[in-house]
Amino acid sequence: MNEIQVTKVGVVSCSGEEIPNGTLCRLACRRVLDALRPGETVTICLPLFIAGGEEERSFARDYPTITVDGCEKLCAAKATEMLSGKPSKALVVPEILKQRGLAAPTKLRQFGPAEEPAVEAVAEEIAKAVDEVLAAI
Amino acid sequence: MNQTPKKVVVLPCSGIGKTYGTLARETAYELADRVRPGVVTLTCLPRLVINDPAARQLVTENPVITIDGCPKDCAKKSVQSLGKDPAVSCQAVRFYTAHKDLKPDGVAQLNAAGQKLAEVAADELAATVDRLAAQEQ
Repeated sequence: MNEIQVTKVGVVSCSGEEIPNGTLCRLACRRVLDALRPGETVTICLPLFIAGGEEERSFARDYPTITVDGCEKLCAAKATEMLSGKPSKALVVPEILKQRGLAAPTKLRQFGPAEEPAVEAVAEEIAKAVDEVLAAI
Repeated sequence: MNQTPKKVVVLPCSGIGKTYGTLARETAYELADRVRPGVVTLTCLPRLVINDPAARQLVTENPVITIDGCPKDCAKKSVQSLGKDPAVSCQAVRFYTAHKDLKPDGVAQLNAAGQKLAEVAADELAATVDRLAAQEQ
């Protein structure tokens, strides 16, 4: 009997309520989940690694996972590795912006056209990472 | 003698998957930016997940209001994981229950009704912030 295996990639975003790059992370991840790779990605709220149960803590063991962090504290990458499993890829927004020659956003919310190039660039990098992870399976 | 007033820390849900998580976050931003700037402060919830010393100190030394987006109560449980109960914990849905004319929608960006509801919720939490700030003088 043939088996069809559906594989998805987990995307874990920094929530970064206190920094503009956190908002950038959330919006870029949401764009990947909703528009760029909707059938190939799932997500989990980072604090569920503490607040949730075994089902949540097994997330990075159940799915190859990409973490997306907004600052050098690397909360998403560290928390995922500590509490769930080693991420397949760990993206860091300031590095992406530097590579693309883009300025970091300066406000916490109500992003508009000025922030759109940064959101698009980070979303593209996440989508590219999703493709790479799936190709390696 | 002048005393430096303590802050009131508002910790919203950090989820990127649900409307009420976004409502929680927007309510926190309204409190910090418009309703009680200088009194309310935010920190990234994932910093508690990785046990960041500065975030842990902020939360343990100041009164905390948690606003959760779903019954998993990640924000509340993240504070409790530090051995402390939030001074006040609530779920964002309670504000919609009290204001059924303002139906929030959207995850990356709230609709107009949801944004208005965040403003109303922040206004309603102002008295709680004032009470907690006064207790800490």
